[in-house]
Amino acid sequence: MSNHEIQINYTKKDLPKGYLKFGLPLLVIGIITAFFAYQLDPMRASFNNIISLLLIVSVGMGAIFLVALEHIAGAVWSVPFRRIAEQQGFIFLATPLLALPILFNMHEIFEWAHLDVVMNDPILYQKSPYLNTEFFYARSIGIFLIMTFFLFVYLRNSMSQDTTQSQKTTKINALISAPFMAIFAISITMVAIDYAMSLEPHWFSTIFGVYYFSGTFATAMAVLTLITLNLKENGNLLKEINRNHYYSMGGLMFAFTAFWMYMAFSQYMLIWYANIPEETFWFLPRMKNGWEYLSIGLVFIKFIIPFGLLLNRNSKMDPSRLKLASFWIIGAHIYDMYWLVMPTYNRMSGTEGPVFGWIELGFISLSVGIILVFYYLAANKKNHIPIGDPKLKRALDFQI
Amino acid sequence: MSKLYSIAALFKTPDEIMSAAAKVADAGYEKYDVNTPYPVHGLDGAMKLKSSKMGYYTIVIGLTCMSLMLYFMYWVYNVDYPQVIGGKPLFPLPAFVPIMFEITVLTGAVLTVAVMLIFYFKFPNNAHPLHDSSYMKAVSSDKFGVNIEAVDSKFDLEGVKAFLSSIGAYQIDEIYFDEEEVNTKHKILDSKFVIGMFLIAGFTSISVYLHMNKALYLPPFDWMLVQHKVTAQDHSDFFKNGISSREPVNGSVARGFMPYLYSDDPDGASENLVNPYIADEENIALGKRKYLTYCSPCHGDLAKGDSRLRGQFPNGPTLHSDKLLSWTDGRIYHVITEGQNVMPGYKKTVTRKERWAIVNYVRTLQRALDATEEDMQ
Repeated sequence: MSNHEIQINYTKKDLPKGYLKFGLPLLVIGIITAFFAYQLDPMRASFNNIISLLLIVSVGMGAIFLVALEHIAGAVWSVPFRRIAEQQGFIFLATPLLALPILFNMHEIFEWAHLDVVMNDPILYQKSPYLNTEFFYARSIGIFLIMTFFLFVYLRNSMSQDTTQSQKTTKINALISAPFMAIFAISITMVAIDYAMSLEPHWFSTIFGVYYFSGTFATAMAVLTLITLNLKENGNLLKEINRNHYYSMGGLMFAFTAFWMYMAFSQYMLIWYANIPEETFWFLPRMKNGWEYLSIGLVFIKFIIPFGLLLNRNSKMDPSRLKLASFWIIGAHIYDMYWLVMPTYNRMSGTEGPVFGWIELGFISLSVGIILVFYYLAANKKNHIPIGDPKLKRALDFQI
Repeated sequence: MSKLYSIAALFKTPDEIMSAAAKVADAGYEKYDVNTPYPVHGLDGAMKLKSSKMGYYTIVIGLTCMSLMLYFMYWVYNVDYPQVIGGKPLFPLPAFVPIMFEITVLTGAVLTVAVMLIFYFKFPNNAHPLHDSSYMKAVSSDKFGVNIEAVDSKFDLEGVKAFLSSIGAYQIDEIYFDEEEVNTKHKILDSKFVIGMFLIAGFTSISVYLHMNKALYLPPFDWMLVQHKVTAQDHSDFFKNGISSREPVNGSVARGFMPYLYSDDPDGASENLVNPYIADEENIALGKRKYLTYCSPCHGDLAKGDSRLRGQFPNGPTLHSDKLLSWTDGRIYHVITEGQNVMPGYKKTVTRKERWAIVNYVRTLQRALDATEEDMQ
């Protein structure tokens, strides 16, 4: 609450060179490793591909969700970062790059894609109206098209508002965000079920979509925070963006770290309590052959450590500590996806225990490369601040 | 005795109070406070307040109570009354986690408020010098105020007044208080207060005890003696005939029991019943065991009618007679089931499978002792 009127003097500035300088080599290394991995060990490559896909969906689709969340909640504090989130949503356009190898390799990974297996398995037969290849393609393409549509609507509205400064655009955005929320909820549940849960097609957990969503939100927020802090350091953003804004970003990451644990534990405890073989078999491989250490580690890496990192008020305000927490949350999300996906690789390939090697590293490099390069493509030579948004002045004058 | 508590100044807008708070802080005053009708963002920064320590109290309290709860549950489940519930281990940690979570949140919240009341507001003291002043009335409706306390090291009456008017206060009051009424010392361990709390606790306990046990005869626990269910052989007002147990519907068949259709119809049994069990080694072994238990006392070990009864009871006939050899399996089964002449029926003591096994064993004995020419070859 200050008594001086804020003047917005924003000058457009190029993105820091690092995005392309680091992003492009990582992307190239990733693509080369992925190519060789598919030649040498297609099954392991496919499973790693799923991890990358889930990560990129989290970053991209999560960012579109953040934009819609701001519109539908009428949030003010997040307005200066909305353009970054919109451009981060552009990363979602990389998903076909990662999804196509999986769609072509479905027989390699998905048990339910084999007709003879499905016909001889009553459970898979019952599930076949949903779990069949045609509907799987339809869902993947449909989700991609719908999300892309919303992404471009948000981007176009936001860009046009830079010049028109129209209040009406904000209202339209809020209006289309309402159906988006419902569509997003269904879509992200489908992504989680299709690409992660159906790896073990006999297993089912109603909470699985929310489990994936909780990680998605924290990861999208972490990437947004990292980009924001980086651009702020580089002077691409307004000088009025301060610790109070960072505090809210850290607070959201903190909240969804705890929310993830809530979901993960709800899922685990109900299955542990009921102790039905149809449900427990999903956790059993994660409790032996070295996976038990990764399972216990998951609680620490995804919950206890980031919880401690973000618990203090100052740690949410201090850029360097916030950066550490954001990197940690992204890493923890990759770890979580690895933990979700890879036990199935053990079962399918007959290996025992967690595997980690150049293929895994290559696909992580691919994901990071995609994030950097696609963000560069979306944001280079564009405004990084929605300068035309009527709420911007109020947003800059934000105090917790 | 009235004593000076503070000099209080009123301002009209939130912007004024922000700059005033900053100026008071810059002037080096430490014992002062700002009162506003609603939370003003950024005021803590303007007042240069250090961040609150309440969060540390909360986490210490929460974690302590969580550990105590965990120990309590361990004690109940493993020490005091070890009992396997639902096939879970004696220390089922996942089942404890929700309770630990709730206890952490509950005690963290409730005890933080208690700590705040005791340490900062000096509970049980419930009066404050600012109460009932026109200053408090103003700041709790639409004005913004600063008050600088007399205990501040830089305090002097005229200087503070001049300073406050120089930063733009439109009204300046002196706040006095009665030392008898407002006690700013800690009173939680005051003997009167402690004794009073004990008296209240004792009175409540004794009156509840008398009320529940002596006046109303309402036991707090009936130890499951009274249950809202109908027990066996009990009277029931719900049903017309007053009997709690219900008779099964006509034609119901108990699980695992096969109704016997030929109880008065030996010929029907002879014609229609077929032995459902194959006379294999296992079945005949079962039949032999049951035959030696139930049949051999009268019919003899080899079914020759040479019983061990020695005339004390009518001897069972031989089972190697022509009549028996010509009987079907069903007829023999009928006799074992329903009895014949002085022989009782064995359907209560020998199961259906065992009866058929006995039939198989009798057939084996017959074939062994009355072998035909073909059997010999």
